[in-house]
Amino acid sequence: MPAGPRAMVFALVILLLPPLVRAAELNDTPPSTERASMDTGVPSPGIPRGQGEHCVADTQFMRRNHMTLLMHQRDETVRLGVRGNQYSLQECINCHVVEDAEARPVTITNPQHFCRSCHDYAAVKIDCFECHASRPQAELVAGVLEE
Amino acid sequence: MSGNTNKLDAPTGFDPVRRKFLSAVTAATGVALAPGVMLYGITRPSPATANVANEAVANAARWGMLIDVGRCADGCDACVSACVEENGLEGHGRPATDAQWIRKVEIRNPSTGRRQSLPVMCQHCAEPPCVDVCPTGASFKRADGIVLVDKHRCIGCRYCMMACPYKARSFIAEDLEDQKPHAPRGKGTVEGCTLCVHRVDAGRQPACVEACGDSGGGAMLFGDLQDPQSEISRRVASHATRQIRADLGLDPGVRYQNL
Repeated sequence: MPAGPRAMVFALVILLLPPLVRAAELNDTPPSTERASMDTGVPSPGIPRGQGEHCVADTQFMRRNHMTLLMHQRDETVRLGVRGNQYSLQECINCHVVEDAEARPVTITNPQHFCRSCHDYAAVKIDCFECHASRPQAELVAGVLEE
Repeated sequence: MSGNTNKLDAPTGFDPVRRKFLSAVTAATGVALAPGVMLYGITRPSPATANVANEAVANAARWGMLIDVGRCADGCDACVSACVEENGLEGHGRPATDAQWIRKVEIRNPSTGRRQSLPVMCQHCAEPPCVDVCPTGASFKRADGIVLVDKHRCIGCRYCMMACPYKARSFIAEDLEDQKPHAPRGKGTVEGCTLCVHRVDAGRQPACVEACGDSGGGAMLFGDLQDPQSEISRRVASHATRQIRADLGLDPGVRYQNL
């Protein structure tokens, strides 16, 4: 059996191994918040925690795909009248509340706001809150505080 | 001679027969394409079909309103304040530019001096001119006849405001905060009466109709114009009702009685 092909496959595996391992490592690396605590010198966006037990989907999935979920669903809701879908900007706002010193929920004008904290960090401009409320309604907030 | 006149008349103005024919041709094309569409639907089921309770609105209903002007009291603005409250339309104290989804109009017959007062809002036309002129597709009519602005697509050109013969739309020129979650509205977009679409989707009545029944004269009736058993259909069938500017051929979903 000629050694040529087998040697080539072996060389290929050797060449490809380091990048593959590195990619796997990157996937396992904790997200930027925790990464900062490992003192890498990289500034952290300091993402605040939501109020519930867990998000509607896995955190990593939401970080990458929340915009797609919202974009897809907004057309269904506005144009087709489909209501009560799993993903809802309203629910994001109700759960991811950040309160100021007087225990009042902050609006998007505050850099501590859940959406803004990360969007400022990533330098991605969003226009959701030009029309949508960026904090829960007063009566909803009162309900949350009573519980 | 008469044949000639018809030919000359044909290209001018709006021709409902021609439009119906074109719609029918489009529908037939849609049926012909249906098998391909079905295949696509099977490979990628949408969330809309996954949940039965979450289905898209169908054209089985055509929502409309009947307003008995005889029971609408001069000076009563229960419907207007209910709309402001429901949709968070608090203005800046500038009536000329503040948003107005529904307003009370006083009319007077100059020859008899008879005065009447009636609410006017988006008439939810079957052939809405605002939808015809919208350059981005933001202005649209839902399958159940409710005419809305998709603010995700609105560029604030205000062409629809010019096209609407009922002056039903408003433009928002200032930044807003803490809007109602069910009625998002923001600077640079046009808005108008939504027939309280969030309430309709939940099986409730529009806020103005509810308020008119509670604290007004009970002049407003909301219902499905397409369902022969609904109260609105029976009232429309048995009483003389009018559409405002019916001569325009827009077939508004809002009808008036005793006007």
